[in-house]
Parts: sequence; structure tokens; C-alpha cells
Amino acid sequence: MQNVEMQSSSPDVPVVGQSVGGLEAPVPKARSRRRGNRRTWPFVGAYLPVTVLVVWQGVCSLQLVVPAILPSPIQIADAFIQLTRTGELLADLKISLIRVILGFLLGAGLGLICGILAGMYRRFEEIVDPTVQMLRTIPHLAITPLFILWLGLGEWSKDVLIATGAFFPMYINTFMGIRSVDAKLFDVARVLQFSRLQQVSKLVLPAALPNLLLGLRLSIGVSWLGLVVAELLGSSSGVGYLILNAQQFSQTDVVFVGLIVFAAVGKLSDSLVRVLEHRLLRWRDSYTG
Amino acid sequence: MSDRQELVIRGLHKSFDTAQGPLQVLRDIHLQVPQGEFVAIIGPSGCGKSTLLRVIAGLDPDYDGDVTLDGERVQQPGVDKGFVFQEHRLFPWLTVAENIAANLSLKDRATREKVKQLIHLVHLDGFEQAYPRQLSGGMAQRVAIARALLRDPKVLLMDEPFGALDAFTRAHMQDVMLNVWLQNRTTVILVTHDIDEAIVLAQRVVVMRAKPGSVQTIVPVNLPYPRKRSDTRLLELRREVLRQLESHMVEYTPVSVPRDTERRRSY
Repeated sequence: MQNVEMQSSSPDVPVVGQSVGGLEAPVPKARSRRRGNRRTWPFVGAYLPVTVLVVWQGVCSLQLVVPAILPSPIQIADAFIQLTRTGELLADLKISLIRVILGFLLGAGLGLICGILAGMYRRFEEIVDPTVQMLRTIPHLAITPLFILWLGLGEWSKDVLIATGAFFPMYINTFMGIRSVDAKLFDVARVLQFSRLQQVSKLVLPAALPNLLLGLRLSIGVSWLGLVVAELLGSSSGVGYLILNAQQFSQTDVVFVGLIVFAAVGKLSDSLVRVLEHRLLRWRDSYTG
Repeated sequence: MSDRQELVIRGLHKSFDTAQGPLQVLRDIHLQVPQGEFVAIIGPSGCGKSTLLRVIAGLDPDYDGDVTLDGERVQQPGVDKGFVFQEHRLFPWLTVAENIAANLSLKDRATREKVKQLIHLVHLDGFEQAYPRQLSGGMAQRVAIARALLRDPKVLLMDEPFGALDAFTRAHMQDVMLNVWLQNRTTVILVTHDIDEAIVLAQRVVVMRAKPGSVQTIVPVNLPYPRKRSDTRLLELRREVLRQLESHMVEYTPVSVPRDTERRRSY
């Protein structure tokens, strides 16, 4: 932290009515200096995967493995282009996306609401939290057969399965975020006469925001996990089904296409949250490595 | 008589419940502060001066006796009793201007105008968009003062607001504070453990003693502003306040450790 003020605080500062503030320089652009010292390599995150790809293609070109076990990157790219041309991949991706979004919104939304209530009201915590903690220990993928039994093979069973997974990280992190709000700031809120609503919107939520965003990220990750399980176990559409189907016909290249699509959309959704984090948490003074 | 007094404290008692039964922290406090006065409260640590301030603020409404502001009994905190805490307690996610406005909207023209004036008053022009982490301790505390002043409090309560600052910054802050008070003439009650701070700023210095917390004496400081810290009359007053403080310090002479235990401990 920079002590800009020291410039103006000498012992014999003019006592009354003088503009002492004139000596103070405006705030320097935050941490541009710290960044400037570091050499940045462009696309440093791409080095590792590119190397792996090159070696992989080399191994396949030398015919060291059977294509049905490990197709070459070029074969996979070919399969990708074909699946895209026929529109098959896009249709499956669309179905999968809708499932993930619905399930995530349902689960994370409920998790957020329950987390806020448990964080704000001790009574609610006492009633709900022990049950939640108990249910949390059940691997939610193990409940899949039950959901299929109860809700059938339609969309509902999949949405609910995804929602079940998405609920817990959001709930726990929201709750923890609220409980870690500095109690001293509540005194300030009382003196400034915050309304109950302002206490939540102007104090609790902003203070809990780092945890909320972490919950969001974890929740999205678990949502994709739930989707794959749901689609592998009982489905006739979606990217998960594409993979399962390809496996049965030994189309290993298509399996890889499915995996790559999952990796890409998973990374994309994670990046979205990180952009959000970067924008919303500018005020934080954390170690940046 | 009392309707002309802004803040009246009559027969204030306050105790805390502890494991060993109730502990009296304030006994029979009487104090009248007319509107616009600058009062400092000074005393050894544990004399209940911060508790007294919290009672006046309404943050601690569980007390015996009378505390009235403008004839109304103080029972809960509110914007009419502005409070500056020992630490700045700014919201780290809000900029300087947003912190001062806090729950008031900066979209409102009148608020925006007033925030701007206050930023100028506490010498923070150019820092409107800075976040608390970018400010020094003194600057952050000035934002906290501006935040309290924006609400036009009837009384501004300050709990050792400059205690955590280094000596130079503290002297500077005292000058800023005096300037603010001379321009606003808000009633100020400043709790401090710094004798010089009390006599340079206040019109009256309330000297408290501990166990239980009560008023030892009130020392008036009838000197014009601005006061020179080297003024001989101030030095005399300083000695007077110090004498009053020390008259009860006898209780705190350290108990000598028996030689026996001392020797054993060194092995």
C-alpha cells in the first residue's frame, strides 16, 4: 500500500482553513507497476497441450497404435468436421446445454436462497443445515437410479440430477461467505440506519461476493459432471449419448470429439465466471502471485 | 433548563454481566453538552470512556439513568448520532465517494453535491474513485469522518479516531478535524488517551477515572483557536490534566514479585 499522505503530514501544517490537500497526488493506477516488472509470455497456457498434440500425432503417424484404440488428432479433427456438417454435433450440444443450464439454475438458485437464509437466520440454519450436511455426504451420482425410477427417462430426471449436484457448493459457499462478514461493519450499518434490505444488498452480499463466485464456479463444474452421468445412464440425445453411442460402434474418434466438446464448453463457462470475478472483485487487495 | 442543552446525561449507571456477576463500568455520570461544543473525554484504559460513547451513540441501550439528545431519550443508534470508530470501518468494495454516501444514492443531485463538498473539506479531492485499500490510515479515517458528517448529525461521536495513526499523521488529522469543526460547529465528543489532542482541540476536557468509570473532574480550556501546541498556557493545562489523571493512578503501582518465585522462574 502506498502512503501517499506522508507528503502532506508534517508537524507544522497550517492549522486552519488552508488547503492541505493540494499536496497530495491523485491515486496512481492500481498495481500497473507490479505487473510491469514481470515478463509475460504470450499464450503460455498453450505450450503444454500443443506439445502433447505434436507427440500424439507423431505416434499415430508412425502407426505405433491401432486407430480404434487411439485415433490421431487429424482423424479426430476430421470426425469433428463431419459431425458439424451433418448438424448432429450442434443438435446434441444444444440439448446438453439446455439441460445443464436448467439444472444449474434450479440447483444453484435454490442453493443461493437457502445459503442466504441459513447465513442470515440462525433458526433457519439450525433447522436446515444438519439435514443438508447429511445429504451432502451421499455421492449424488449414486442417487441417479432413484431419479430415473421416480421421474422416468425424460428431461426432468436429468435436470433434477444436475440440480442436486449444483445445490451443495452454492449453498455451502454462500453460507460461509455470509458468516465471514466482519461483524464490526454491522455496527456501521446500524449507525447509518441501513434498512433490513440494505443490510443484505449493501453489506452482506458484497462482503460475501468472493465466496459466492467461488460457489458459482464449483457449482458449474459439478453441473457438467451431473450432465455426463445423466446422459450416459439413460438418454437418447446429447453429447454424453454421442460418446456412449460411438463407443458401442468403436468410433473412438467420435468419443474424442465428445470429450473435446465437453472440455471446451466447461472451460468456456469457467472463464465466464472468472471474467465476472475480475470485474466484481476489483476492490480486493489479494496476493496475485 | 434541559431544553437548551443538546446532550444531557444524568445519573448514568452501566454494568456488564460477567461470569463473576455484574461488573459496574460506569457510575453516576453527569454531563451536559450544549450544542456546538467540542468536548474531549480522557482517562486511563478501562475507565469506561468508550462504553460511555457507545451509550451516547445508542449502540448500547441497556443502561440506567438518563441520556437525552434534544430532549429525547437515546435508545438506538441513528444518523443523528454520527460515529467515527477507532478503525475506519469503510466498506472495502466501495470507492471513497460511494463509502461516504453508503446507503444514500449518488444519483441524487443534492447528495452528490454534498459528498463533493465534504471530500473537499477533509482534503481528499482527486480520491473520489479510490478504493479503501489504496488509502493510507489517515485518509481512510477522513473518509469515515466525511461519512458521518454527510448525515448532518446533531452530535459527532469519535472513539479514539486517531489512536492508530503515527504522530505526524495524527497532528495533521487534528488540524483537519479542528478545521471541520470550526466550519460546521457540530457538537463533537472525542474520546482519546492523548492529553495534547484533548487540550488542543476541546473546549472542555472531561477527565475520567477507572474502577468504576466515573467523572473525576472537568477541565475547561478557555483559549482561542487555533492553539499553538507550544503555548505556555496549554502546557499549564496539560500539567493540570496530568495531575488529575495521576491522582488516581496510585492504584496501578505494580505489585512487586516475591523474590522467591522470581528465582525459581529463572531456572
